[in-house]
Amino acid sequence: MKLHPNLFRFAAPQAFYGLAGRLWPVLAFLATLLGAWGLWLGLFVAPTDFQQGQAYRIIFVHVPASWMSMIIYLAMAFWALLGLTFNTRLSGMMNLALAPTGAMFAFLSLWSGALWGKPMWGTWWVWDARLTSELILFFLYLGFMGLTAAIDDPRRADKAGGLLALVGAINVPIIYFSVRWWNTLHQGSSVSVTKGSSMEPTMLWAMLLMAIAFWLYAIVMALYRIRTIILGREQHTHWAKLELHPEGFA
Amino acid sequence: MIWSSFSEFISMGGYGLYVWGSFGVTALLMIMEVLQAARQHKSMRDSLRIQAASQEAEEDWP
Repeated sequence: MKLHPNLFRFAAPQAFYGLAGRLWPVLAFLATLLGAWGLWLGLFVAPTDFQQGQAYRIIFVHVPASWMSMIIYLAMAFWALLGLTFNTRLSGMMNLALAPTGAMFAFLSLWSGALWGKPMWGTWWVWDARLTSELILFFLYLGFMGLTAAIDDPRRADKAGGLLALVGAINVPIIYFSVRWWNTLHQGSSVSVTKGSSMEPTMLWAMLLMAIAFWLYAIVMALYRIRTIILGREQHTHWAKLELHPEGFA
Repeated sequence: MIWSSFSEFISMGGYGLYVWGSFGVTALLMIMEVLQAARQHKSMRDSLRIQAASQEAEEDWP
């Protein structure tokens, strides 16, 4: 099998270190720009909801955070599959870099959900399918971080973590379809791939902008964090020493 | 612009606590994550530099 040389060059940690270093500032700038635009639309332009009043504005952090908590876990499962089948070193590092941001978004999904549930449902929490499966996702992230941190050998930690990421991925479609499969207090999706959107256009734009901003933020954090991980793991190589001592190294 | 005053914006129609609790904690956690990642990167670089310097010093020893 002939692999495309330009793309696969970046599977080498050294090449990816440089690429990530050049990419993250650009993406961080874009994330800030789109985030500011989304906040402007969401907090100052989008009209009041006729049912929920101003409380609906929680959607602008709740939905993007929830989407990202699921997307990041799927990304981790993808890298885990790649790492376990092709034994690529970068995959494990990628997952270590992604997990903390995924955990943060899963927590924010639960947190903003509780703050939305209280005024709308009269309760912070119910043990229904959507909320419980999202809580499990949060625990899966914590489990992944705990497991990989507990194993001293990095390659073995990558493999164990990869297995957890793969097996746990079954939870993501359960979260997504839970509002359809079971009776739940949680409302159905306002935006669907097949049915389009039932939202007012400004609201929809604000939410999509926030979602793209959160997505870029997650990529920036992963790219930034993976450089720290690469540097730590490659510290004995010549290029890493040159990177640390650009003034010259014997 | 849909608000006629700043206090109206802050109160969010009586849902201020819930709306700002969501936006505020989101912003706070993101800022904390960025600072933590930057600190980790710096401490990694620093510790590797110190390690390299002490190795060099050992090699220089006759």
